Amino acid sequence: MSKRLVNILTPIFAVILGIIFGTIIMLVSGYNPIEAFIALGQGAFGDVYQIGEVVRQVTPYILAGLAVAFAFRVGLFNIGVEGQFIVGWLAAVWVGVTFDLPAIIHLPLAILAAMIAGGLWAFVPGLLKARFRVHEVIVTIMMNYIALHTVNYIVNTKMNQGSSKTAKIHETASLRSEWLSDFTTGSSIHWGIIIAIICCFIMWFLLEKTTRGYELRAVGFNQDAAHYAGMNVNKNIILSMVISGCFAGIAGAMEGLGTFGYMAVQGGFTGVGFNGIAVALLGGNTALGVFFAALLFGILKIGALSMPLAGVPKELVDIIIALIVFFVASSYIIRIVLERFSKKEVK
Amino acid sequence: MEFVIEMLNIRKEFGNFVANDNITLQLKKGEIHALLGENGAGKSTLMNVLFGLYQPEQGEIRVKGNPVHISNPNIANELGIGMVHQHFMLVDKFTVTENIILGKEITSGGRINLKQAEKEVRDISERYGLAVDPQAKISDITVGMQQRVEILKTLYRGAEILIFDEPTAVLTPQEIKELIQIMKTLIKEGKSIILITHKLKEIMEVADRCTVIRKGKGIGTVNVSETNPNELASLMVGREVDFKTEKSPADPKQDVLDIKDLVVKDSRGVTVVNGLNLSVRAGEIVGIAGIDGNGQSEFIEAITGLRKAEKGSVMLNGKELFGLSSRKITESGIGHIPQDRHKHGLVLNYPIGENMVLQTYYKRPFSKNGILNFKEIYNKARTLIKEFDVRTPSEYVLARALSGGNQQKAIIGREVDRNPDLLIAAQPTRGLDVGAIEFIHKRLIEQRDNGKAVLLVSFELDEIINVSDRIAVIYEGQIVAVVDPKETTEQELGLLMAGSNRKEAGEGTHV
Repeated sequence: MSKRLVNILTPIFAVILGIIFGTIIMLVSGYNPIEAFIALGQGAFGDVYQIGEVVRQVTPYILAGLAVAFAFRVGLFNIGVEGQFIVGWLAAVWVGVTFDLPAIIHLPLAILAAMIAGGLWAFVPGLLKARFRVHEVIVTIMMNYIALHTVNYIVNTKMNQGSSKTAKIHETASLRSEWLSDFTTGSSIHWGIIIAIICCFIMWFLLEKTTRGYELRAVGFNQDAAHYAGMNVNKNIILSMVISGCFAGIAGAMEGLGTFGYMAVQGGFTGVGFNGIAVALLGGNTALGVFFAALLFGILKIGALSMPLAGVPKELVDIIIALIVFFVASSYIIRIVLERFSKKEVK
Repeated sequence: MEFVIEMLNIRKEFGNFVANDNITLQLKKGEIHALLGENGAGKSTLMNVLFGLYQPEQGEIRVKGNPVHISNPNIANELGIGMVHQHFMLVDKFTVTENIILGKEITSGGRINLKQAEKEVRDISERYGLAVDPQAKISDITVGMQQRVEILKTLYRGAEILIFDEPTAVLTPQEIKELIQIMKTLIKEGKSIILITHKLKEIMEVADRCTVIRKGKGIGTVNVSETNPNELASLMVGREVDFKTEKSPADPKQDVLDIKDLVVKDSRGVTVVNGLNLSVRAGEIVGIAGIDGNGQSEFIEAITGLRKAEKGSVMLNGKELFGLSSRKITESGIGHIPQDRHKHGLVLNYPIGENMVLQTYYKRPFSKNGILNFKEIYNKARTLIKEFDVRTPSEYVLARALSGGNQQKAIIGREVDRNPDLLIAAQPTRGLDVGAIEFIHKRLIEQRDNGKAVLLVSFELDEIINVSDRIAVIYEGQIVAVVDPKETTEQELGLLMAGSNRKEAGEGTHV
């Protein structure tokens, strides 16, 4: 069995195992798994409305997954996607409510603002890592809290238009479209999915085809060899964090300009950034893998909303997701099984 | 004569690949039996079969005449077979004694009886002449000492038959001498030894008989007293091998590299290069001889820009390189075959083809407007792979999958192809077999003959004497002597490397 095939089969088996174990948990706790999965399927694909909701949910997952995956390919663990996501969201909304511009400028400007905000937020841990070898995991975790509370403060005191929310963004900065919404019988789908798909392509192209990508990957694989080759390791570390933060910032813009159209005070972390870690892990840190992993997570999350109709708590889906992540993380077990299996075939 | 180990007609396959094809090895009691073969010839596979790590497809293993089935290393241990691994299996933070007893601890009431263990370790080490400090931490002792701990581990477990896997690869010349002494003592005490190696000199010096394997096939067993290095080499490689590297006298021209008062600190902040002066001229090979740890690595890292130097001057063709980045230094005309090919020389997870442009990827034609041109990259790679005889299934295979010799050939191809004015080769033949060594030496001399300067750093005195036109001896971070290889001896060099001054060393050779 080729290595490539094993790499593709591993996450698929992880998903299957996650579902099997989820089923066992449902049986043990007295729920009917068949009804639960039917409800889940209905909730995700029942009609165009649900499909629209799935697409809307998938959009930020793709971008958050890309953010984590990109940093990971350069050997960095960006846990700060959540914080970069939140500051990106606020920056996009701020541009959306503050300026009066034609849509052709306003929307790109708002997305750009989110990118810059996310990028700057990731620049700090990148710089500290490059200059002082401070571990990025610790810095990004702290930056998440700083982001959450700073953004809440700004929304509450500077941009509050009542009930702890900012004003609605102007139409010219919105990703929503009546046509899309009508087409999906009123779902909150927006054009962001196109941006997310473009970003998948950008990540793939940047890493695999460009000279910069060659450097970034070399730094990720072997910093000593990169240094030997004359590459500026520190510059590449900072750059990769910034690009990662840009993806996370755009993910925030998707919520600010698409799903919600405003920013509200957050009671806690949104979880999008952390789901991005799971998405990247399941997707093997490749652009295409991230796309499919985000799709799966979006389907599970939206489908889960209908599970209570079958009398099954929607939290069970979180357990299934956790199990999938667990099986991917312990993928070497699956790899060993696959390799045993292929050895027997040869004999 | 009684055989303690017989491996008869062993065959081991991995998929379609036959690693061992009908190999027979018979070890007499009390002999040192060398197992000779090129890298990848199947030596390690054969020993792993004996040690129970692999199961042979065919063949029989007998211990003291009785057929045995060795299905795992524990059974090998019980049969008295011990392995001294090339890469030591030691816990750095444990003491010598703790490492030796690991897995076979003497306990009393659930606690380890360290006193008793230390006494036993001391007894064994005295009996076999393996001086070690049982209470020293592994991380504090030299590589040679660590190897003694490995040997003690096998003896502590009651090994009668010891397998040494390339034991001298990591040792200094002095340590090699001591090891050879230890092996002779072990034989006197009734042990039998299998010595895996591709160093002919050691076989001639220490072994009684030698079994040669080539490309997985057993070529035969010879008595060492009835053979010579040339015969062994041609048995191993399958053709005649040049030992004395053929070269015409050097015709040195102007200074290419000129280093003055270079001071470099190591990672712990200790000054390890302490006011070093050296010049290398166009058309000559300067060899740096020295015992490991006298500042060689830091010196090379400093002049190639991998490490910041404290002060001094490094001039290349009259241009100051001090303080420049590694990119700038590479571009000004230095090629570097690094000491550690896995750490610096290659990105192991990149295809071998992409490794061929590791310093030139950003230049045309490999990169245009920031986009890589893979067609050009792989064209280049194919040319180099062919020209430098890098054996790989294809240029798309990860560098990780190549054997050490082929990885090294790839690096040398890449560095030579850039046509640098100064080529720095740090331990270019470490761990390689005779054929590859011959190839690499020829390439270095070829560079010299093309009017380039070559700086060679090696711990192998043979290599230094054979290849260099001038030898600079490094000791405690300074060049303490520059000698002509035609007028020196290993003995003189050895003394200089150990810190004697020129006069004493010179007198030493006359006695």
